[in-house]
Amino acid sequence: MSATDGILTHRCDVVVVGGGVMGCTTALFLARGGMRVALVERDALCRGASGVNAGTLTLHMTRAALIPYALPAIDMWMDTEKWLGASVGAVSAPGLCLAFTESERELLRHRAHARRQYGAPIELLDRDAALGVEPALNPNFLEAAVCASDGFASAYLTGRAYYAALRAADVGIFERTPATRLDWSDGHYHVHGPDDRSPALRIDAKRLVLAGGVWLEPLCAMLDIAIPVKTLVNQLIVTERVTPMMRSVLSIANGLLSMKQFGNGSVLIGGGWQGVGDRVQGATEIIPQNLIGNLRLAQHVIPALAKAGIARVWLGLESETADGMPMIGPLPGQNDAWVIGCVHSGYTSGPYMGRLLAQTMLGEATELPLFDPARLICAPVPSPRQRRLQ
Amino acid sequence: MSEFDVIVIGGGPAGSHAALSTASAGLRVALFDENVGDFGPTDPAGVRDVPADDARAGTVTRFMAHRVWGVTGEYRIDAVGPRGPVHCTARALIVATGSTVRIVPFEGWTLPGVISLETAATQIRSQGSLQGRSTLVAGCGPWLAAVAAATIEHGGRVPAIVDLADGAEWIRALRALSGHPDLRAQSLRWRRTIRRSGTPWHGRCKLVRVQPAGEGLLATLAPCDAAGRALDAPSITVSTDCVAVGYGSIPATEITGLLQARHSHCREAGGWIADADELGRTSRAGLYVAGDVTGVAGTEAAATHGTLVGLACALDLDAAAAAPLRGRIDAARRSVRRCVGVRSAMAHLMALWAAHVDGIAADTIVCRCESVNRAELDAACDAGARDMNQLKAWTRCGMGSCQGRLCGDMAGELLMRRTGAPSREAVGRFTPRMPLRPVTLDALTGSFGYDDIPIPAAAPL
Repeated sequence: MSATDGILTHRCDVVVVGGGVMGCTTALFLARGGMRVALVERDALCRGASGVNAGTLTLHMTRAALIPYALPAIDMWMDTEKWLGASVGAVSAPGLCLAFTESERELLRHRAHARRQYGAPIELLDRDAALGVEPALNPNFLEAAVCASDGFASAYLTGRAYYAALRAADVGIFERTPATRLDWSDGHYHVHGPDDRSPALRIDAKRLVLAGGVWLEPLCAMLDIAIPVKTLVNQLIVTERVTPMMRSVLSIANGLLSMKQFGNGSVLIGGGWQGVGDRVQGATEIIPQNLIGNLRLAQHVIPALAKAGIARVWLGLESETADGMPMIGPLPGQNDAWVIGCVHSGYTSGPYMGRLLAQTMLGEATELPLFDPARLICAPVPSPRQRRLQ
Repeated sequence: MSEFDVIVIGGGPAGSHAALSTASAGLRVALFDENVGDFGPTDPAGVRDVPADDARAGTVTRFMAHRVWGVTGEYRIDAVGPRGPVHCTARALIVATGSTVRIVPFEGWTLPGVISLETAATQIRSQGSLQGRSTLVAGCGPWLAAVAAATIEHGGRVPAIVDLADGAEWIRALRALSGHPDLRAQSLRWRRTIRRSGTPWHGRCKLVRVQPAGEGLLATLAPCDAAGRALDAPSITVSTDCVAVGYGSIPATEITGLLQARHSHCREAGGWIADADELGRTSRAGLYVAGDVTGVAGTEAAATHGTLVGLACALDLDAAAAAPLRGRIDAARRSVRRCVGVRSAMAHLMALWAAHVDGIAADTIVCRCESVNRAELDAACDAGARDMNQLKAWTRCGMGSCQGRLCGDMAGELLMRRTGAPSREAVGRFTPRMPLRPVTLDALTGSFGYDDIPIPAAAPL
């Protein structure tokens, strides 16, 4: 680190922009692989989607093609003490997915079958068998599917665990530092912090990883790469502590509910009901009708929830590409710049995806392929530098 | 859904005056308060006392005993009342949610029998009853004298008044009330009541410990310095049935915070307040603040400020002829300015003192909802937590049902001091979340069938 002309310059081998699960895991394994790593985060580590999501680890809500990635990722979550050094409260629990109508039953069977093809240990259960797994259920469902590898974590614990692990791995952590400019010269990427800070921060590195979640679109645009990224504004609800009533991770066939009870008695309700917000303003507002809809669905599934107190409602921003599949891989036309993000149910698969990218960057053998971002680029704007190179 | 011109939240002096003055300009106003409504001139007869410049007389529809749990859009209020859920919309929103008494934690503050000065005052006012035969009163600011005097007047015994301030500070504050004979007279009346009863007053002292002792409590007090730091001096113990405590007040800014209006931290105002002009306009169009929520100044100031903000809101909404409204606004503005002295006189007594939190012991609970003690907060700071929402995630402090209303000020101060941050702004505040008040699932879900749930289409496989 050196300071000249009012600019604090930090030099390293790789700079990761975005400190969620994807960015943190990539940074961690790159550092353990021997690289000097800096991590830049606009807020605090894992305080965006990675810290405010439902912590659901379920294959019922994972895109079928991502199941081979989610399976080892869930194993990683269950085992964080070993590789991350701290617990994020991950526990195994049977994942139950319910169908209340005939059309949902059809969806349930079709999707259970499709996910099984990708290796998910999902079995169909009749009503009595499902009630045996979860006695608190409203018995008016037609059929259920159970997934043996499911579980859940306490997402809010993620940031603290990664912070300690990254610090121990000597990663330079720059929190509350939005990247305002990215450029490349003399064989290095330069990541600039906010201009209004004194001294201003600049991180120089040979390699660049963009892991900015919903902010990947503007980050890629800084390299003149146009990749549209959609922002979902997902609603989460947590209840006050109630007597133990649930022992599974619950969802419904069309995926618009996720629910589980934590050890302390609180029940977390999610599923992707939408609030108001965008990546510029952040999440701004709950939509009362959507809050009530989500609560009704939760109460329909577990009627005993009726008298639970609602402790808190919040929103988290989830990123999605045009085709709904992740982008993980080298950014075309760049010199050692990589992107990782837009993974559906990204918390579930996050640690595996991050490790996969780090292994690729370190030249190690990997078990599964990445997700080439080139397919998502639309109307690329050639930068002056690219024109020069051409 | 009912539609109004203006919704006022909070039926205290500021809110009720804001509602009346807005209505007097011909607007349809909804007034929400979580209490039954025994306070403030909110009865229909009160409306006639307000000069109506406009021929179209407005109305105030009162929603008493309604807990507002959600505020969204521009503007929708969701509340739960005695007859179930209510929601309504308006073009403008006036937030007059007042303030909450601050408790600086000490050993034993979560014991039964230890209550806030606010709770003690409410019990005496609404039920005419005392929690025990004897109530030790501790803290700082006018609440201290008010609760001690009221306790004595209702036949209770006050074994000690433990006051962070010293006599000189009180004399300065009383002098500043010279332009407010009513307030001055009231203060002197409290003082007389307390003197006559022979209640011992311990100036420049603070509570350091409360322990159970037999059927009652044993309180330990220690002398402190002018910053609130305990001195290395012998402590005093006092037996009591009950302890009422409060170190000034904190503006209740959850609603303006939820609506993401711009806020600043101002020690003299008691904490975080929404940035607002003299007429109560915040950084968000159509959102106004009135009364103690803008900084604690007491009943009289709150009422006059409420009137002013209500009129300003009416003017902004083109409610009545502008000229007479402007005249009334100027008059109201003059009244508000007369109260400025009260605020500055009381500011120091109502603020959090610089070094008061330093004395919180490591094993003392700071967040009572989630049982988080000071040592856990310090450990999180030392492990790298630098802002309030990070601290919340790392420790669960502020995640409980009070949403950090009780612990947020303390956690912010501890975080700032532990990490050497330059200001409270630098560490931020807990992001306010809905529900604003505790509410059960079934209060919101009502009766419904599966078909009534607007379930969106399934995500792709």
